[in-house]
Amino acid sequence: MSKLRLLFTKEAQASYISHLDLLRTFQRVFPRSGLEIRHSQGYHPHPILSIVLPLPVGQSSCCELLDFEVTQETDGQGIAQRLNEGLPAGVRVLECYPALRPVRELAALQAEVTFEYDSGAPVGALPELTALLGQEELLVEKRTKHKELATVNIAPMLHDCRAEEGEGEVRLFVTVQAQNPGLNPQLLSQAVERYAPRLSPDFTRVRRCELLDGAGRPFR
Amino acid sequence: MDKRLERILPRVQKPARYVGGEYNAVVKNKAEVDTRIAFCFPDTYEIGMSNLGMRILYGVMNRMEGVWCERVFAPWGDMEAEMRRIGMPLFALESGDPVGEFDIIAFSVGYEMAFPGILNLLDLSGVPIRTADRTGLTPLVIAGGTAMYNPEPMADFIDIVSLGEGEYVTEELIRLHRKARREGWGRRTFLAQAAQIPGLYVPSLYEIDYHDDGTVKAITPREGAPAQVTKRIVPDLDKSYFPVKTIVPSTEIVQDRVMLELFRGCIRGCRFCQAGYVYRPVRNRSSELCAQYCVDSCDDSGYQEVTLSSLSTSDYPPLTGLCDALEPFCAQRHVNLSLPSLRADNFSMELMQRLAKGRKSGLTFAPEAGTQRLRDVINKNVTQEELLRSCHTAFAGGYNAVKLYFMLGLPTETDEDVLAIADLAARVMHEWREAAPNKNRGVRITVSTSWFVPKPFTAFQWVGQISKEEYERRVALLHDAIKTKTVTYNWHDSETSVIEAVLARGDRKLCKVLETVWRKGARLDAWEEYFSYDRWQEAFAQCGVDPSFYANRQRSAEEVFPWEMISCGVTKAYLRREYEKAAAGVTTPDCRTLCGGCGANRLTGGACHV
Repeated sequence: MSKLRLLFTKEAQASYISHLDLLRTFQRVFPRSGLEIRHSQGYHPHPILSIVLPLPVGQSSCCELLDFEVTQETDGQGIAQRLNEGLPAGVRVLECYPALRPVRELAALQAEVTFEYDSGAPVGALPELTALLGQEELLVEKRTKHKELATVNIAPMLHDCRAEEGEGEVRLFVTVQAQNPGLNPQLLSQAVERYAPRLSPDFTRVRRCELLDGAGRPFR
Repeated sequence: MDKRLERILPRVQKPARYVGGEYNAVVKNKAEVDTRIAFCFPDTYEIGMSNLGMRILYGVMNRMEGVWCERVFAPWGDMEAEMRRIGMPLFALESGDPVGEFDIIAFSVGYEMAFPGILNLLDLSGVPIRTADRTGLTPLVIAGGTAMYNPEPMADFIDIVSLGEGEYVTEELIRLHRKARREGWGRRTFLAQAAQIPGLYVPSLYEIDYHDDGTVKAITPREGAPAQVTKRIVPDLDKSYFPVKTIVPSTEIVQDRVMLELFRGCIRGCRFCQAGYVYRPVRNRSSELCAQYCVDSCDDSGYQEVTLSSLSTSDYPPLTGLCDALEPFCAQRHVNLSLPSLRADNFSMELMQRLAKGRKSGLTFAPEAGTQRLRDVINKNVTQEELLRSCHTAFAGGYNAVKLYFMLGLPTETDEDVLAIADLAARVMHEWREAAPNKNRGVRITVSTSWFVPKPFTAFQWVGQISKEEYERRVALLHDAIKTKTVTYNWHDSETSVIEAVLARGDRKLCKVLETVWRKGARLDAWEEYFSYDRWQEAFAQCGVDPSFYANRQRSAEEVFPWEMISCGVTKAYLRREYEKAAAGVTTPDCRTLCGGCGANRLTGGACHV
């Protein structure tokens, strides 16, 4: 038996595959690669397979992790290539290796948040956004697990934010808390709508770029 | 990815169904392609991707050199609204290119309620909905599928109808269209030539005259079109294409498993069943080949569930042998086999036990009618004893749920027949009391009734549907007769069945009703969320069409049906004999026991190999 981890990308069309659908997709691709996923014991055995920090639908990422257990003894060599033959467009396994570090050591994630403005970025957007996102308090409304609306201060979960202006867009490079609780970078556009409606983007694109441990080093 | 699409996808439900990119989706180099086909299914992705015919023809077309067939499904209401808001035309999933730019737009139509959806998809593509308003060779609009055996309500909108199984005729049509484009034929020339290919019906080449009472007087073919077009079949299933390597959706669909087709056609001859007649003759696929396809499909797709698919799977002669042969593979790979439908007369508990592997949930039987007399009328040759015995075995084996399907409004049905359904359910419950090893778990018996819709090419194509009020009265009668709480009664909504009955046996006078109802907003009318009975009533009234002329009228033996330019192989004379035997309550044996001389054997050029 081996505990393995996949590092994979999820972009373009694949951004729209939901978490549960992605799990199902992976479940089907494993038998094709000759690997047998270990199943839980019990009346309804289910495959032992989990995605670390599921990506919200619509966002893209080049650093997704999937943990799984197989009945065979393997260090993961050659598995990435075999899996890639059967995956949908936009999902690509970069590496497969023994899962050594526990997921709890994953502390933060880096993301690129692009605010698109169809008629050009508003004048002064860059300094104003930088100042806004540096505030001590950024309140947004968020649905809780019980489907109620709650007002949450996201400022403490936003560890770092650097902004730059491009053509018709402002790009934010942010480091946010990953878990317990984690911050969905998409919520930044909601904060902008609340505090600076004039800077509300026409569209917000989010790309997850890196996972970090507590010391700020890449988490694998 | 298309920027406009990226903007609207976050605003719609289940966006994964609009992006393509699934494993095994075919992407070709446009420079090497001269024929582009948009294969449209006028329902959602989840339904369309579950259709085996669509998967077969997708494979058939894409294995042709220079041909690229892509998929198109109906957008759900939220997506359509977004697309119309930003002026984004309907696009194909593989390339994202607008459907209006394709050479051929093909529709797979399995159900009459999909008709308005076809007009909507054409409109969303920016293509004129009427064949008369389309002037060039492209896009050519074609359609096939079970609901196209009577395409007359759609005659104004479809250029060419492909009848029967599409494996061979689709290739022939594509080659002719390619030739026509290369040689610069006009549209009329091409359509007249297409009508010479067996199995292709070109509605615009036929002139229909009506009597004063609205019935058909004469059907006149023009420009050399044949008086009758006979459906095409694949004579030998072992030699036909099977989609072993097929698209695996990245989002859940209805039939999310391998569909292993064991045979086509059905030996039974239930008199109400259109599929039972139009898919004749029976053609089996060899069990060795089925086993091979099963293993290869699972290997390629990674699916762990396989449906043994056909119209009546327990009638497949080598069924037990096939299951035995697959057992080691299934055990090793955790693959489950499932059966789509069961017959109560040859149901084998042993087989069920093996397939279910300890997961005993429910069983479904379809006696269709409550009394033996009525079951004889419809030629559903299942006896009460057989049904009760099957239920007994199932309960004794640990099953604790049974679903029973019936139809109300069958020809000659009386109140006695309706009440007998309640009685039968009570007897099934009695069997459970006798047989169940552990009564503490309780039992669930579900009785479901649908409303009989007379379909063309069946023995009941002459009969009128009972009125809506009468159907509702019979539902209430049955509802009151079911006393115990263990029996749950579900009935099918009546309004859809009325419209289905109108369209199923409709003629060209319904084209304007379809256009009107679509303009009033009809789209995904197979869905309760979108169906509006009032909208249809308004459209009938506006077009001066009386729906009861089509739904409720009893036809005479002499009447010329609107679909008589089409033949499914089974002769009208045979169907009439079956109709008369039904009236007399006389049954017809299945094809394996005795050939009834239905005429379908002409399609294989001799005897049937049932």
